[in-house]
Amino acid sequence: MPIITYREALNQALREEMARDDRVFLMGEEVAVYNGAYKVSKGLLEEFGEMRVVDTPITELGFAGVGVGAAMVGLRPVVEFMTWNFALLAIDQVVNAAAKMLYMSGGQYPMPMVFRGPNGAALQLSAQHSQAFESWLAHIPGLKVVTPGTPYDAKGLLKAAIRDDNPVIVLEGEMLYNTKGEVPDEDYIVPIGVADLKREGDHCSIITNGKMALVAMQAADQLAKDGIRVDVVDLRTVRPMDVDAITTSVRKTNRAVVLEEGWEIAGIGAQVVDYVQRHCFDDLDAPVLRVHQADVPMPYAKQLEKSAKPDVAKTIAAVRKVMYLD
Amino acid sequence: MATKVFMEALSPTMEEGRLVSWLKQEGDAVKPGDVLAEVETDKAVMELAARGEGVLRKQLVAAGTTAAVGTLVGIIAGASEDIAALLGGGAAAAPAPSPAAAAPAPAATSPATPPAAPSVPVTPAAPSAPAGRVVASPLARRLAGDVGVDLGALHGSGPGGRIVKRDIEAAIAAGVASAPTSAGGATAAPRAAVPARTGAGFRDEPLTQIRKTIARRLSESIGPIPTFYLTAEFDLSRAAEMRAAAAELGDAYKFSFNDLILKATATALTKHPEVNAHWLGDKIRYFDAVHLGMAVATDDGLIVPVIFDANAKGMGAISAEAKTLAKKARERKLKPEEFTGSTFSVSNLGMMQIDQFTAIINPPEVGILAVGAIEDKVEVAPDGGFIVRKKLRVTMSCDHRVIDGAVGAAFLQTLRRLVENPLLLSL
Repeated sequence: MPIITYREALNQALREEMARDDRVFLMGEEVAVYNGAYKVSKGLLEEFGEMRVVDTPITELGFAGVGVGAAMVGLRPVVEFMTWNFALLAIDQVVNAAAKMLYMSGGQYPMPMVFRGPNGAALQLSAQHSQAFESWLAHIPGLKVVTPGTPYDAKGLLKAAIRDDNPVIVLEGEMLYNTKGEVPDEDYIVPIGVADLKREGDHCSIITNGKMALVAMQAADQLAKDGIRVDVVDLRTVRPMDVDAITTSVRKTNRAVVLEEGWEIAGIGAQVVDYVQRHCFDDLDAPVLRVHQADVPMPYAKQLEKSAKPDVAKTIAAVRKVMYLD
Repeated sequence: MATKVFMEALSPTMEEGRLVSWLKQEGDAVKPGDVLAEVETDKAVMELAARGEGVLRKQLVAAGTTAAVGTLVGIIAGASEDIAALLGGGAAAAPAPSPAAAAPAPAATSPATPPAAPSVPVTPAAPSAPAGRVVASPLARRLAGDVGVDLGALHGSGPGGRIVKRDIEAAIAAGVASAPTSAGGATAAPRAAVPARTGAGFRDEPLTQIRKTIARRLSESIGPIPTFYLTAEFDLSRAAEMRAAAAELGDAYKFSFNDLILKATATALTKHPEVNAHWLGDKIRYFDAVHLGMAVATDDGLIVPVIFDANAKGMGAISAEAKTLAKKARERKLKPEEFTGSTFSVSNLGMMQIDQFTAIINPPEVGILAVGAIEDKVEVAPDGGFIVRKKLRVTMSCDHRVIDGAVGAAFLQTLRRLVENPLLLSL
């Protein structure tokens, strides 16, 4: 199986879906002539022309609204935000228009569209450009939210998102674009709402999503050296969440650590913990612990940024604690 | 409107109770306050009263069955009311005692708290007493229930003493549990529900509630309490004279040596408040009044009724109260508030010809006085001849966390002065 980057996997997904369905088009800042700020749309202008790969002004609210309108009249837009930090300007179109259009039109206007772009912190981009918005978006009925953590999941989930008749949020990771993994050449999708058990163990469950799946796997490798075997449950989709995958794992291991990129309060992990306590109460041998970003705006200073982010060491510490080893 | 009848906590340390007999039968009309059943707690036989009006529609546990506090034992409802949902929903209706619900409450740390039954029925979802419950992970509770491990008997290795899975596994490995049940996960049968006679020359007897409580409370005591013992021999010559003189005045003035010891102890405690205390883990509580516990042997076992405000009572009052309490204890009529809240205790085995012994501290108290038998002993008289004296040996057990050696000794000095000069008690 070919090994390609996460960036290339997304590019393949766009190309395959645009070739498969001519209602699919891409728009956003610098997606066409510049091949995308992160080169995800490389070569697409050349292949599909300027009617289907559209450069927009720096007007997030405007082009998000154009996307909603296009979806209302039967097209299947993919709207790229250069980062989700900039999408805050467009949040009214995402939350009030896209998420509610089918509902408020009494089913007359399906909303088969995708909003995508990098989410979360990269390196030293400071407080305004380092935010993970999963929990904001997952809060909204009417949206689906996927957070691929590997090249395979990135291609499969973006293709599933484009084919879905509802607005789907695809949260990518700037730090993930260069990561590599096996991705089949052929057409496949990763179904929305299905988690992936990325690693099997019977001592503790690490439940995570997106970029943190990578951190969880690294933590699992180190824990294995001490004989600690963990399940790594990559949610992949945070709305709708795969509750069965969570409960199956926790019932097996009796312990859970929830690892997420964003902040603690009302985070994705809070929802996971709720499912665990509700469905696995009698299976728990320890309180569920969470690993997340420090409850501060992301610091710019390198060392402070490092200490604010969830990481391998914090994850290992939490796993050892729920196992009563420390 | 239907009312669920739960096994209620009828004593402050009760975790389960044996339903001795139903006084209302299915179909009987009941109103609030009516006695539904008699329940044997760890201390006494108590009455379980109705909290609703209607007809006792269901008895969910049979007479003779032991049920954890919080277990649904009956349903009161209208004569034709549909109670199917209540029966279905009462997951805790199974009469088998659930070790998971066993939450040994330590001795009431606050004697001021009236040990009344909860004002609302304890629901099955929260079967344990709010204070002093066994801390165990939900998984450990479930596993303990599955295999019949008594959580109260385990020490948790988790934070704050939490009992976790590995502790249950260790207990199983150590053979504490009864045999694990079938894969179906049905609740394990309680161990030996009836006395089992075997041909092997022994007889198994299930623990009574009071025996369980004694075992738990006393092992709690001897384990963590750094105890030391002080023994002294008192001369009772004057006390004997005073006793004889009092008896001559008529029956109303008669007192026993034990009454004298109780009175003298109460008085000595007022002079040594550092001994009249409770150890509460993070603090020591010193009491203004003396609430004197007196150990009473009953056919079922030991119980310690309390003479409240003993420091303020005269010998006659103490004598009368001691008599009443001992009688009630033997008849198992003591109310919970009559055997909780003591600040110091006295245990007397003199009547059983025990010369001297050491008693086990009843926590959170910090001392107990063990009283031996009175004996005539030959002593060298001041003139070089021999005289016969009445002698009594007492041994005080002291919790060294609170009472240092010299403090305990000073208390015994005071006690000696009072016992040997009983006139002081009336001055």
